[in-house]
Formats: sequence, structure tokens, C-alpha cells
Amino acid sequence: MKPKKILNANEISTILHRLSFQLIEDHNDFSNTVIIAIQPRGVLLANRIIKLLTKEFNDIQFGLLDVTFFRDDFRRSEKVLKANKTKLDFSIENKTVVLIDDVLFTGRSIRAALDAIQSYGRPKAVQLLNLIDRRFSRELPIQPDYCGIQVDSRLNQIVKVCWEENDGEDSVYLFKNKE
Amino acid sequence: MNNLSVNHLLGIKYLNSKDLKLIFQTTDHFKEVINRKIKKVPSLRDVTIANLFFENSTRTKISFELAQKRLSADVVNFSSSVSSVSKGETLIDTVNNIISMKVDMVVIRHPSPGASVFLSNNVKSCIINAGDGTHEHPTQALLDAYSLKEKIGDLKNKKILIVGDILHSRVALSNIYAYQKLGADVKVCGPKSLIPKYIESLNVKVETDLLKALKWCDAVNMLRIQNERMSESYFPSVREYVQQFGLNKEILDSLNKEIIIMHPGPINRGVEITSEVADSEQAIILDQVENGVAIRMAVMYLLASKLY
Repeated sequence: MKPKKILNANEISTILHRLSFQLIEDHNDFSNTVIIAIQPRGVLLANRIIKLLTKEFNDIQFGLLDVTFFRDDFRRSEKVLKANKTKLDFSIENKTVVLIDDVLFTGRSIRAALDAIQSYGRPKAVQLLNLIDRRFSRELPIQPDYCGIQVDSRLNQIVKVCWEENDGEDSVYLFKNKE
Repeated sequence: MNNLSVNHLLGIKYLNSKDLKLIFQTTDHFKEVINRKIKKVPSLRDVTIANLFFENSTRTKISFELAQKRLSADVVNFSSSVSSVSKGETLIDTVNNIISMKVDMVVIRHPSPGASVFLSNNVKSCIINAGDGTHEHPTQALLDAYSLKEKIGDLKNKKILIVGDILHSRVALSNIYAYQKLGADVKVCGPKSLIPKYIESLNVKVETDLLKALKWCDAVNMLRIQNERMSESYFPSVREYVQQFGLNKEILDSLNKEIIIMHPGPINRGVEITSEVADSEQAIILDQVENGVAIRMAVMYLLASKLY
């Protein structure tokens, strides 16, 4: 079965610009805001957003968060959960944290991320930015504050976000079945 | 990503170089975790671990326990002096009784070589060897190799020297396996009476002149004389041993390069190593201890993901 293209490069670019403007609207000069990308898939999306934001603002605090050790499926899957790098070299105490991930699916990695950031302090607020919201697949009461598009998909389908840096083009595909 | 090729950590002998790589990569992440303000992660919150120490230990026991607590595991401790072992219970019975209380993982230190291998063949649990007599001490070798890698990079073709009581040292054997699997060249140095006869079969060269050996190496691991395991006299006197095999500042200064100095502890200051050298910049002894917790977290994390 041929995968369905949900978004092309132009559409992604428009969405990224809109998301950046929404962030600017809500966060003034970003002096009390930190942006944290969730490893590994949130990083490329966050890099793009940061690139757009730094056109207007310098010194935006940006970190990477790995949530592997906080996930709730450890010992429940056949594969070993392999960690990625965490890089948070600033304090999040009393800051507004914007978590960035590419696809919001069951909500479980965001739950893990909420646990993980507590190890670094008590943020004033935590917000969530996603490119794709698979809205009918949620297993926890978690919703994005900033959302690219909502996609209606079934559990056994896969949404794949491709980036030019890795895959040669910016695009989002919906695969019909797990392959 | 594949997991470890083994279900227990019995010795470095049973691991392959991919396992070592995976353990080191995982250790990097846990090292970051234990340097956070809140050093705890919930990964092993549904795992219960028993620490069975049939032999004395300070560092290893505390290190394992801290690693377990930082992974949120439940921990029970046991030492043989206050147990039913003194009432005549066998090792298998003792361990089976503990496992019956739904313990998932057993960390064992025992004075008999092969105790952990024996247990892994006879009880149903995940066994981690924390030192079995003169056989192996795998987590020590892992943390030694990891600490050295941090300082001098990839160990491939690096020259590593182990000095002291090779015959009675489980650290020496585990170290030899670990360094060789990482592609390093290993030499041992010590009095002939304290070098095991089979050492050549491990592809390890022997040097009895400390200065010559030091000139050859990039890093040296100094071992303690294990008086508690000696039933007879292996060298004329401690004074003579110190003169021939003790590491001091003069001999280090006489080399025209800087080498890394390691020690697994406990140190007998003034015997195998002088205080001046042990506290010098070249010594990474306390880094080794710090990395020990992260290494043990990595090992238990990876092994726990095999429990179902």
C-alpha cells in the first residue's frame, strides 16, 4: 500500500511560520521561556522553530531532553530502550517551558517528559508544541498548546515526519499499516 | 538496537565487544543523570534486587546500592556474618529462599571463584557478579576501562600495564579480558611468585622490571597485595616488595611522559603506591569510583530490560 502524503514542504514551511508567530505572541522576548526538544524526533522540528525565532530574538534558551529512563514501557517491550543525549545547561526554575515533539500520539512520551523535567527544577508552566496531533489515539489526558495539524488515524497506522536534513525533503506521510 | 548478548553478568569473559560498547554508551547517559540535581530515575521501580555479600566490601557494596536506589529499584541487603549461612545453610538454599520472596535480580560477592557462575546454573534469577574469589570482578573492569577511555579515548592499540598481585586478583583477570576485547595491549608486572602460570595463554606478556614496564605503557593499574588470600609467603618482605614494585614520584618523574594511574581500591598507601602519587593529577582513582555508580546503573538497566 502506497503511503499517503499528508504535508509537503510548502505546507510544512507555512505551519512552522505560524507556530513561530504563535510562540512570539505568547512569550514576548523569550526571557522567561525555555524551549526543550524531546529526543530524538523533536530535535529537528525544534531546530527549525529556533531558526525562525532567532531572526527576531537572540539568546533563546534551548535544550534537549531524553525521556528514556522515565518511560512506562521499560521491561514491557522486547527491545531495549536506548537513551539519547540530554543537554540542559540552564535553569528551568520559574520559567515557562515549551516542550517540542514532532508527533503527539498516545501522550506517553509527554507524560515521561513531564516527569523528567522535574529533575531539573520547578517550571512556572509547561506547554506543548507538536507538528502532528493524532487526536483519536490518546491514552492520557494530554493536549498540545500549539499544533501544526490534526490527523485522524488508526492505532495500527504510522505517521512519519521526514526532514530535509535526514530524508532529503520536508514531508509527512501516513502509512496504512505497520510494516 | 540489540540488547546484551548475556542474561547475567558473570564475567567479562562472557561479554563481546558490542556488549562493552552498549554498556559504555548507556553509562554516558547515567553519568549525566547522577550529575543532575535530582539524581533519580524511575526505570527500575518494579524491580527488586538482593545484594548478597558473603565477603567484605565498602566501595562495591555502596556503589551497587546507590546505583540501585538511583534507578528506583527496591533493595534488600544481606551479609553472611549475620545470616543463616553460619547455621549451615548451602548457597543454593540461601539464594533460592531469597528468590522465593520475589526478588528479580541478585548481586553476589563470594570468596569462592566461580560462585556466581555456579548460582546462575542452579537458580532462576538474574545474577550479577560483584567479585567471586580470585576469578572475576566484571563491574570493576568495566568502570576501569570506561574511566580510562574518558581520559585517553579509544583503547585500541593502547598499552596498559597491571602491576602487583596478579595471582590473587579478580580485578586483574577481568581487566585483562576487558582491555583485550577493546583492542588494547596488556602487560602484567609483579614478583614471579604472584604471576599466575597460565598468564601467557591469555596472550599477556610478563615484565618483572617495573621501570621498563612503565616506560612501555600509556596507563597503569596498581593492585593491592591481597594478604587475606595468601596462605603462604609469596615474597620476602613488604619492604622489599615496595622497593621493587612500589609506584613513587621518583620513578614517575624519571619517565619522559605522563601516564594515567589507576587503582581499584582499597589503597595500601606506602605499599603499592605512595600517597604523593595516589593524590596526584595523573591519578584517576576517584573518577573511577564516580564512574562505578554509572556503570552499575547501566549494567542493571540493561539486564533488567531482559526480565519479563
